[in-house]
Amino acid sequence: MTWTSLNASFATPEIFLLCAACAILLIDLFVSNAKRHITYVLTLAALAVTAYLLVTNYATQPQLAFNKMFVADPIASISKLGIVLGVALVLIYGRGYAAARGLFRGELFTLTLFALLGMMVMSSAVNFLSLYVGLELLSLSLYALVALRRESVQATEAAMKYFVLGALASGMLLYGMSMVYGATQSLDVTVIAHKIVSGEANRLLTVFGLVFIVTGIGFKVGAVPFHMWVPDVYEGSPTLIAQLIGSAPKLAAFAFIIRILAQGLEGFAFDWRGMLVVLAVLSLVIGNLTAIAQTNIKRMFAYSTISHMGFLLLGILVANPIGYSAAFFYAFTYVLTAAAGFGLVMLLSREGFEGDQIADFKGLAKRSPWFAGMMLLVMFSMAGIPVFVGFFAKLAVLKAIVNLGMVWLAVVAVAMSLVGAFYYLRVVKVMYFDEPTDNTPIVAAADARIVLSLNCLLLLGMGLAPNWLLAKLAEAVQYSLLPL
Amino acid sequence: MLTLTHYLVLAAILFAISVFGIFMNRKNLIVLLMAIELMLLAVNINFIAFSQFLGDASGQIFVFFILTVAAAESAIGLAILVVLFRNLRSINVEDLDSLKG
Repeated sequence: MTWTSLNASFATPEIFLLCAACAILLIDLFVSNAKRHITYVLTLAALAVTAYLLVTNYATQPQLAFNKMFVADPIASISKLGIVLGVALVLIYGRGYAAARGLFRGELFTLTLFALLGMMVMSSAVNFLSLYVGLELLSLSLYALVALRRESVQATEAAMKYFVLGALASGMLLYGMSMVYGATQSLDVTVIAHKIVSGEANRLLTVFGLVFIVTGIGFKVGAVPFHMWVPDVYEGSPTLIAQLIGSAPKLAAFAFIIRILAQGLEGFAFDWRGMLVVLAVLSLVIGNLTAIAQTNIKRMFAYSTISHMGFLLLGILVANPIGYSAAFFYAFTYVLTAAAGFGLVMLLSREGFEGDQIADFKGLAKRSPWFAGMMLLVMFSMAGIPVFVGFFAKLAVLKAIVNLGMVWLAVVAVAMSLVGAFYYLRVVKVMYFDEPTDNTPIVAAADARIVLSLNCLLLLGMGLAPNWLLAKLAEAVQYSLLPL
Repeated sequence: MLTLTHYLVLAAILFAISVFGIFMNRKNLIVLLMAIELMLLAVNINFIAFSQFLGDASGQIFVFFILTVAAAESAIGLAILVVLFRNLRSINVEDLDSLKG
């Protein structure tokens, strides 16, 4: 084992981000509260450089590094680009919101950068050890971020619930990993896959571990029946943190599931498919039906996330490259859609006013026709109405499911999407056909307005030309699943 | 003579106790944190037992990482608990009811 055999150059973006996060942590100590925007600009610059390094280090085929702990492949590269974009959007949309609530402090930026690093490690890890470390780096940063508004009962209560259930999920996942380790004598995902194919693995022990691993994953992505924390955390945390939890980690979770289930335990695809079917159907049904009853838009987004995770799991349970690339497309576009949705909620907020009730959107079309139109784009895309990108994401997943012959599953998914359309369109109805109850002008910074508009228009643009991205992601999945 | 099964059964019992502790406990948040620690220790017993009986060291290395992360995790958990106590003046699980829908 030598220094060069580490192949550390494949992890250049992560190494840079780690150094940048530590540097920003130190620099922030010498920055006064009035000049906090220096930290903000440095953080965005760090994100920009990381994105640049990801593009220049794009791996066209799987390359192992750090003694087979880390892999650079197209799925990892593209996921990480989407994750960096999602995190940058959180900071851009949330700047005014955070400043008005005294949250515009150094810890917001450093914890966000460490959460980003955790997500990037999760996307690239091919060993149970590095998968676990990446997941915990993300989770621990998020627990602290939810409690960022220290004096709020709701925020701290949400943080406590998130912490307890998140720790329970990690425990389940680890217990499952220990069983798989016992059955295969290895923590390396590729070695585990080989041992399963060659029949050396103890079947009973592996399936026993698999149950716990799927439970842990279910908790982390918030699939029913492990979803109790999602609505409370979304409602209780500051909106920009809700956006951070609700957007980029979904893409990291996709990569994480692909690494464990598709690359490691593919030999047991028949077993985990059955478990994912249950999780997906329950998530679609309960997520969509409960969302109808919500009056708080963040809570409504939480239940809508649950149902979208149901769709993501539908794509993965197909267990072939067509299904994986459909799920990849779903996760990638969902990051942008969710970011735009939360961004619009923060746009309406101002000092002392959260704007997180659906009633706060009343008559938005009269107050600001442009942003009412943008909200309409987001709602249509989430509902999966044709021409918008959400439709093509759902279509890709449904196609993969029907190809597999599980037509009943596709029927359930379509029926539940129709139920979902009801509560998304209700927001549109409130915006266009109700009288405004408060006529305060919208006070958002110009940069947030411009980026938010571009983000929403992108949802329409990707819907008009979805094939390029679909083909790109399908190619990425195909090259990433090549045997190492 | 202690075999692998003995260790696995012990770990399973500890794991089950901790899961019950998390779901059945309605009194005290600190007991919840204890249950979480117990859960991670049960996993550690599993890893070490497998590592010993299979003659593969990587399981023991994993345990070092789990211990370290568990320490960081309980630090964050206790920090959230302190902040929650300042706001709520209580660490009773039943008082965590401001978020419902």
